[in-house]
Amino acid sequence: MIKTETIAAIATSLSDSGISIIRISGEDAVAISDRVFQSKSGKKISEFKSHTIHYGHIIHQNEIVDEVMVSFMKSPNSYTTEDTVEINCHGGVFITKKVLHLILQNGARLAMPGEFTKRAFLNGRIDLSKAEAIMDIIHADNEFALQIGIKQLKGSVSNKVKDLRDKLIFEIAFIESALDDPEHISLDGYSNSLKEKLLEILKELHKIEETAENGKIMKQGIRTVIVGKPNAGKSSFLNLLVGEEKAIVTDIAGTTRDALEEYIKIGEIGFHVIDTAGIRKTKDEVEKIGVSKAVKFASDADLILYVVDSSVPLDENDMEIIDMTVGKKMIILFNKSDLDTVLDEKEVENLLIQKNHQKEDFRFIKISAKEKEGLDVFEKTVKDMFFHGEISIQDEVMITNIRQQEAIMDTIASLQFVLKSIEDNMPEDFLTIDLMSAYESLGKIIGEEIGEDLVNEIFSKFCMGK
Amino acid sequence: MSRIREKTDVCVVGAGHAGCEAALACARMGLNTIMFTVSVDSIALMPCNPNVGGSSKGHLVRELDALGGEMGKNIDKTFIQSKMLNISKGPAVHSLRAQADKAEYSRAMRKVLENQDHLTIKQAEVTQLLTTDDLAHMNDQNEIEEYERDFENLTIAGVKIFTGAVYEAKAVILCTGTYLKARCLCGEAITYTGPNGLQPANHLTDSLKSLGIEMRRFKTGTPARMDKRSIDFSKMEEQFGDEKIVPFSFSTNPEDIQIEQVSCWLTYTNKNTHDIIKANLDRSPIYAGIIEGTGPRYCPSIEDKVVKFADKERHQVFIEPEGLHTNEMYVGGMSSSLPEDVQLAMYRTVPGLENCKIVRNAYAIEYDCINPVQLYPTLQFKRVKGLFSGGQFNGSSGYEEAAAQGLIAGINAGLFIQNKEQIVLDRSQAYIGVLIDDLVTKENFEPYRMMTSRAEYRLLLRQDNADLRLREIGYRVGLVSEEQYRAVLEKKELIDAEIKRLKETSIGANKETQNFLEKHNSSTLKTGSNLSEILCRPEMTYEILKEIDEKREPLPEDVIEQVEIEIKYEGYIKRQIHQVEQYKKMEKKRIPSDINYDDIKSLRLEARQKLKLYQPINVGQASRISGVSPADISVILVYLEHKNKE
Repeated sequence: MIKTETIAAIATSLSDSGISIIRISGEDAVAISDRVFQSKSGKKISEFKSHTIHYGHIIHQNEIVDEVMVSFMKSPNSYTTEDTVEINCHGGVFITKKVLHLILQNGARLAMPGEFTKRAFLNGRIDLSKAEAIMDIIHADNEFALQIGIKQLKGSVSNKVKDLRDKLIFEIAFIESALDDPEHISLDGYSNSLKEKLLEILKELHKIEETAENGKIMKQGIRTVIVGKPNAGKSSFLNLLVGEEKAIVTDIAGTTRDALEEYIKIGEIGFHVIDTAGIRKTKDEVEKIGVSKAVKFASDADLILYVVDSSVPLDENDMEIIDMTVGKKMIILFNKSDLDTVLDEKEVENLLIQKNHQKEDFRFIKISAKEKEGLDVFEKTVKDMFFHGEISIQDEVMITNIRQQEAIMDTIASLQFVLKSIEDNMPEDFLTIDLMSAYESLGKIIGEEIGEDLVNEIFSKFCMGK
Repeated sequence: MSRIREKTDVCVVGAGHAGCEAALACARMGLNTIMFTVSVDSIALMPCNPNVGGSSKGHLVRELDALGGEMGKNIDKTFIQSKMLNISKGPAVHSLRAQADKAEYSRAMRKVLENQDHLTIKQAEVTQLLTTDDLAHMNDQNEIEEYERDFENLTIAGVKIFTGAVYEAKAVILCTGTYLKARCLCGEAITYTGPNGLQPANHLTDSLKSLGIEMRRFKTGTPARMDKRSIDFSKMEEQFGDEKIVPFSFSTNPEDIQIEQVSCWLTYTNKNTHDIIKANLDRSPIYAGIIEGTGPRYCPSIEDKVVKFADKERHQVFIEPEGLHTNEMYVGGMSSSLPEDVQLAMYRTVPGLENCKIVRNAYAIEYDCINPVQLYPTLQFKRVKGLFSGGQFNGSSGYEEAAAQGLIAGINAGLFIQNKEQIVLDRSQAYIGVLIDDLVTKENFEPYRMMTSRAEYRLLLRQDNADLRLREIGYRVGLVSEEQYRAVLEKKELIDAEIKRLKETSIGANKETQNFLEKHNSSTLKTGSNLSEILCRPEMTYEILKEIDEKREPLPEDVIEQVEIEIKYEGYIKRQIHQVEQYKKMEKKRIPSDINYDDIKSLRLEARQKLKLYQPINVGQASRISGVSPADISVILVYLEHKNKE
């Protein structure tokens, strides 16, 4: 739903291009920006002349978050025709995200896809011929954002959210059925028990919020898939990356039958790493499923880490892998460098090119997962690839993550309202107002609307009426 | 001889709670109105529970009264017990409920109708709806020659009754309740009658279908009535009415209705009751699959309760008098369609009912009604100009829901004839608005009952301020007198002035104030404050505050009530007003009726189909249709703006 609230979003592409711009538009754009920005001159943005740019810092809890340039465009002389503030951030992708987060915490709402342009149009700024195009953009972007947001959410997070949501709607339905049928259902002493339950729910929400802060709520980052034939050392390598024993590592080929997922950071760059089952022809039904999953993951990947056992020659399983990774950016990890090497880089390179791989698509690194060697070279290589634009983060995933964080913040705020109302001894019917808002915000995280949920819950859980 | 052919302004089909309000509204707007009923003796009949009001339903009655409807006045004349429900909760969910003397209620309403100018009552079954084209093809025997119907241009022109007489009208309002092809079930015993054995209306359904109107089948039920002399009340808990009775109608003087009240009684089902029901489920028409209609979940039969809530050891049973001049008692909480012998056995397991004698058996009733998405929020049919409908015919349930729709259908039929803009109450204005919006915008699969949880802005839609919200609209359409309207304006002025005064009256942190606060267990002041801030404290009331409020002038009680609520809940109310402002922005964006959704390429297919079906009147309504996403709404907004500028 479009509201004329103040909206904010990162207006530039989220690559590591040095400068990113956050655009804030709406009645409170200036007031909100003034809460986080300190200009060098000591002037408030509200005192700036329209269409001027100023140097200063974004401050959070007396600490500098980023060094920025802020420009101000007064209504109606801006793109949206509303008061607009643009913050030029210098600190890279993650800092920009943090600044945006602060803006949202201070009262702006994250812009919907195409919303700046839509406002520009609705406010008469853009000419009619573009209307059709704008409708298409809104449509396409929304569909995409929605799809991405939900798909990227980690299963554990979405299950938790669903669970909390179920708990909330049960409580709301209980109160509402008592209000509707006071002679059948009593609310005596209920507020206290609700308080306990809400404190529990808040605890869970804070946990999710923390996860979100660390970027772990989403499968965000560069989608990196580890492939290789069984027992090449994929899981050992993942454990080396993550720094703990996550994958089951044995000498028995085929141990990792399903896919394992991890989020890791190398420098400032996030990687969403998936360890797959070893790829080989197998009769084991369970293992077969794992293998076909691995193939699927590989086809969706931004980056492939192909672990090769350099102590044995390539076989038909390797040929399979080489065939399915054509067109992908790939790092080939010659593992088991501690053992006698039988493979030659040049030989493998020729084979790859022969199999339609482009030379600029792959690089070689020698490692020993067992001896924990080669990790430094690996890290340098991926950073290099990132900064040369060979691999990139998906903007949409980042944005939807922010959207979901915003929804968690809203949920927590609503529940705190409820606790305040309980403390103030407000009658129960006041509690459901904010409980319902919390329920709605939680729904946004997993892409679910309210619809007839409450009425259905009332009827299915509580015996009502004549 | 040619058949009878008369001309009038409005025909109302049905004389239940919807029909009565519709007919009165039209006649009071100065339009010649004929109200048809299959039985004049059953005008304003209450075939189910003997109450008016209840949670959220009480709100509907108050709103209807503020708009100039009759139900509130009529129950004030005929109630025998009254209660304000939820009095320990917030003011938004306080709700009036009265026990009615059913026969008196009917009689009093009939008297009002019979003495209303411009209104004629006619006992007849309406069998056919007539369009302008039908009339053009009608001979003097009132027979229609065959012709090709133009379904794109249907305009109502009157009705035909069973005898063949025709009544030409500029508008027709259908309020057929549960009478269309009605069928009553009591176990294996099935009768093809309306409620209480009344004559059903078996022809109108086909006429509606021939106009392309889609029909559906719903069911509802009612419990048994018992002979008071056979009940042992000593085994039950007595339920009294309120000491101080609040009237339903804003025009009733509270002092005139402080009557001697009768009691209701509370008892419970038990394991024996449930065992009997479980053992005989195969003889229940619902569980045996004989009933086709969809029943309401909120008003389950006792067999439903026992099956669905199997872990509940007992269910409440309310024994309520049906009137002062009858021995019949209503057994609230135990509606059923089980056979007579099972009913008797099950009722007799309930403490106090061991020797009960049943006067009327419980039964379920099935009837034809419409899917209300075929209506505009004005309650006019989208496909037939001048045809309106209200009440259970629209898929709702309950006397109050029916009356509220009847009133709106009546008002809009009148405005339609007067060529004026019809009224739509929105969700932030009234429960009536929520009721109608839900009916015409959402998919309903069962008879719709009003519930307080359905109103998202209920803090503003209180039963105590219905007059402040709606009197003006009633006045504008001509159902509220100048005098009544002026009274509300004055009340509003007094409220605003008093709130302002309390906010502006500062209170020093002096000894007198601190003593006063300590005396009332309220924390003392650190700095100066004002009366409004002190009234905000949970332990304070306007009455207590009097001690330190020297300049206070006496004010009417209803003004004080508003002042107190507005100040005490100001924070919540402000938040809700803010939400309403956002909501209104979308409600104000009208969608022209000739919009071609196929023109808007960026709409998703599902959204396009739904929008074509529902034909929402504004963007707000469109956004509430399931299957229309926020992105679709954005697309529509851009499209509308584009069209505007062209």
